[in-house]
Amino acid sequence: MTIKPTTDMNNDKPLLEIRNLHIEGESDDTWHEIIKGLDITLKRGAVLGLIGESGAGKSTAGLASMCFARPGCRITSGSIKFDGVELTEQKEIELRKLRGVRIAYVAQSAAASFNPAHKLIDQFSEIPVVHGIRNQDESEADAKELYRKILLPDPDGIGYRYPHQVSGGQLQRAMTAMALSCRPDLIIFDEPTTALDVTTQIEVLATIRGIVKQFHTAAIYITHDLAVVAQMADHIMVLRYGELVEEAETHEMLSNPKQDYTKSLWAVRSFKKSEVHVQTSPTPLVRVENVTAAYDKVPVLQNISFDVHAGQTVAIVGESGSGKSTAARVITGLLPPSEGKIIFNGETLPADYRNRNSDQLRHAQMIYQMADTALNPRQRIRQILGRPLKFYVGLTGQAQENRIRELLSLIEMEPDTFIDRYPDELSGGQKQRISIARALAAEPEFIICDEVTSALDQLVAEGILKLLDRLQRELNLAYMFITHDLATVRAIADHVVVMLQGKVVEQGPKDDIFTPPHHEYTDLLLSSVPEMDPDWLTNLLKERAEIDITTSASK
Amino acid sequence: MNQPKEPVAITMVSAADAVAPPPRAGKLETAWKELKKAPVTAKIGLFIVLIYVFVALFAPLLSPYGESEIVGDQFELWSEKYWLGTDSLGRDMLTRLLFGARNTIGIAFATTCLAFLLGGTAGIFAAIFGGWTDQILSRTNDILMAIPQLIFALLLLTIFGTSIPTLIIVIAVLDATRVFRLSRAVSLNVVVLDFIESARLRGEGIFWVALKEILPNIMSPLVAEFGLRFCFVFLLVAALSFLGLGIQPPTADWGSMVRENATLITYSDITPLLPAAAIAVLAVSVNFVVDWFLHKASGLKDDH
Repeated sequence: MTIKPTTDMNNDKPLLEIRNLHIEGESDDTWHEIIKGLDITLKRGAVLGLIGESGAGKSTAGLASMCFARPGCRITSGSIKFDGVELTEQKEIELRKLRGVRIAYVAQSAAASFNPAHKLIDQFSEIPVVHGIRNQDESEADAKELYRKILLPDPDGIGYRYPHQVSGGQLQRAMTAMALSCRPDLIIFDEPTTALDVTTQIEVLATIRGIVKQFHTAAIYITHDLAVVAQMADHIMVLRYGELVEEAETHEMLSNPKQDYTKSLWAVRSFKKSEVHVQTSPTPLVRVENVTAAYDKVPVLQNISFDVHAGQTVAIVGESGSGKSTAARVITGLLPPSEGKIIFNGETLPADYRNRNSDQLRHAQMIYQMADTALNPRQRIRQILGRPLKFYVGLTGQAQENRIRELLSLIEMEPDTFIDRYPDELSGGQKQRISIARALAAEPEFIICDEVTSALDQLVAEGILKLLDRLQRELNLAYMFITHDLATVRAIADHVVVMLQGKVVEQGPKDDIFTPPHHEYTDLLLSSVPEMDPDWLTNLLKERAEIDITTSASK
Repeated sequence: MNQPKEPVAITMVSAADAVAPPPRAGKLETAWKELKKAPVTAKIGLFIVLIYVFVALFAPLLSPYGESEIVGDQFELWSEKYWLGTDSLGRDMLTRLLFGARNTIGIAFATTCLAFLLGGTAGIFAAIFGGWTDQILSRTNDILMAIPQLIFALLLLTIFGTSIPTLIIVIAVLDATRVFRLSRAVSLNVVVLDFIESARLRGEGIFWVALKEILPNIMSPLVAEFGLRFCFVFLLVAALSFLGLGIQPPTADWGSMVRENATLITYSDITPLLPAAAIAVLAVSVNFVVDWFLHKASGLKDDH
């Protein structure tokens, strides 16, 4: 405990003071500036939200506050003062004493950050023991205490489990507890809830907020989700291209954004699909009828049925493991159902995709979540789009070339610029657009979109949603939209199917689902979606605590 | 001697892209750029390999005498007439050394190609089909691998005779087991990606998936492995020849040349060590190139 400062004698003195920070990153043998003169001031106990799209330099800025630059990056100039000490002048060995002890870091993916070979509690104890702050026993006792504080189930035993034996949300919370093991003055949270379901996200957010308050720890909260940052931060900085766009108090920023860019970020949330006037034809385009499916012997889907009508979007909603993606696999024929059938345009499809003819295959196209893996990295755009054209439509030579260009224009990408590129030479959003074009090349009537926007930034995601919406109107496409993001559902769906543990718990037109009364699970899902109101989390937690007194009792 | 560099740079790249898009002008430029950035060891290695290839191709033009022509007495010393002396039958050592390059490298190359054809194909298909196909192929492979390679090769060659085609087939089959394991392992990583699923759902045949979707993505590790395998095969051929079961006389071959002239070592003459040195230098050079390639292949995504 020797390194601990003699508590906050002077609350006005900033804990972290970054001035005119410049960081460069190397790519293609040249150094590019990725942080261009950033200033950050953070007081003790304050929470700063850093937001921006990917590549804005949020994470780089966050790491820089412990004077750390990722491999391939270097801090070129500027000053980083932590508790009055200039970090840029410190030796590496001094910095190491600081990191993890006085400044802690919580990464986006707890699953990837924990060592799978060690128990949680051993990993918790590592830093305090190595730095000689506590011995193993004290540290374990402290871990249990913290686990109890953040309301992890079985606080005395959970630490003795391995990372794979706890859920994703619990792991993220355990990681937050770990960051606290040395009672740091500053914690950097780098998108700690991005990989989680909305329902799990709530727990983690509540934990983080509780901890920051309780220990009077300063925090930098990095995220691209505005609604989340609104709950967490006192102060928000919007970054873009490594520069500050706007900085203000949370309330001020939410109610009165000044810069156009900030406003555009805010506007994403308000995207609504244009009204569709499709008369519901009596026969649905795709009908999933009483489907039950299992992986080997493990049942995943139990007797689910729903219809997709031409020109409509059906959103399948549920948390991970609810069977959403499995439903898509059954429809595409990758996983033949043990019972039930898929009817397309009045015709029962063979259960296994290998038995379907090319016309049946053509009409059910998929767009995947990870555009990175959905496109062959060794094929140029020309081949990626050309193949389905040749395969389904029989286009070759100049006709094929023309159609590829047409498709690229359709997805708002300049044909001459992109036709000869490899997927690696595209941004995430562009890759997703190419995936869409590949699906369109088959001239389908029905497209399955599996979490197509969840790997993208909000602005980019909005662009994709708008594109899908436009294509739907122009080409009368039907979408099955798998997602866990209810904001997306609100924006794009006509019809909603809510799934839980392989069963459909509720389904109906969007407006019905979104207006009470709903099924209790739908209610949980809906209320868990962060809202832009900064008091939302506080109110929600209060509400839930009133309903479920047992939770508050265990506090 | 700098000139022949370019043609080989081209062949290496086109090997890596054999099934990917038709080579464009941009490809050659990037390959040339990559080559310039390559570490010194890789450049030296490549240069030496090129000399070997040159010698192998033009052996009849370079060598002063015929391959198995008896031109003088046995074991003549180095002289104006016989630069490196003569061997146990009075054939010119230099000539034999130059022709040896042709035979040893040619056979090793053909064998490695065949091994990759067999092992690579089987590996990719094992990965695509999975299940029983994979089990049968993998277990057969394990059985073949369980027997020490040299001993197994000796056994098979004794049974089937020692003609050059048999030699190539036997070593290729034995070496294909190693290639199989690699290609299966790397294919397994690719097979689970969404674009393969997408191709399958499109209704693509198994050969399209193997050749157009998987192969280009596993090419880098395979090419690196090709270099390594080539070395092993080359050493194995030399070892077999040394043991008398490889390339048969009067065809010149480095392995058997070491054996035939081994007695000279007793007279402190280094001539019999020259073919051995030729083997060693080539093996080291190929490894220099492979190291560089492996280094590049490890960043699978950012080299094209």
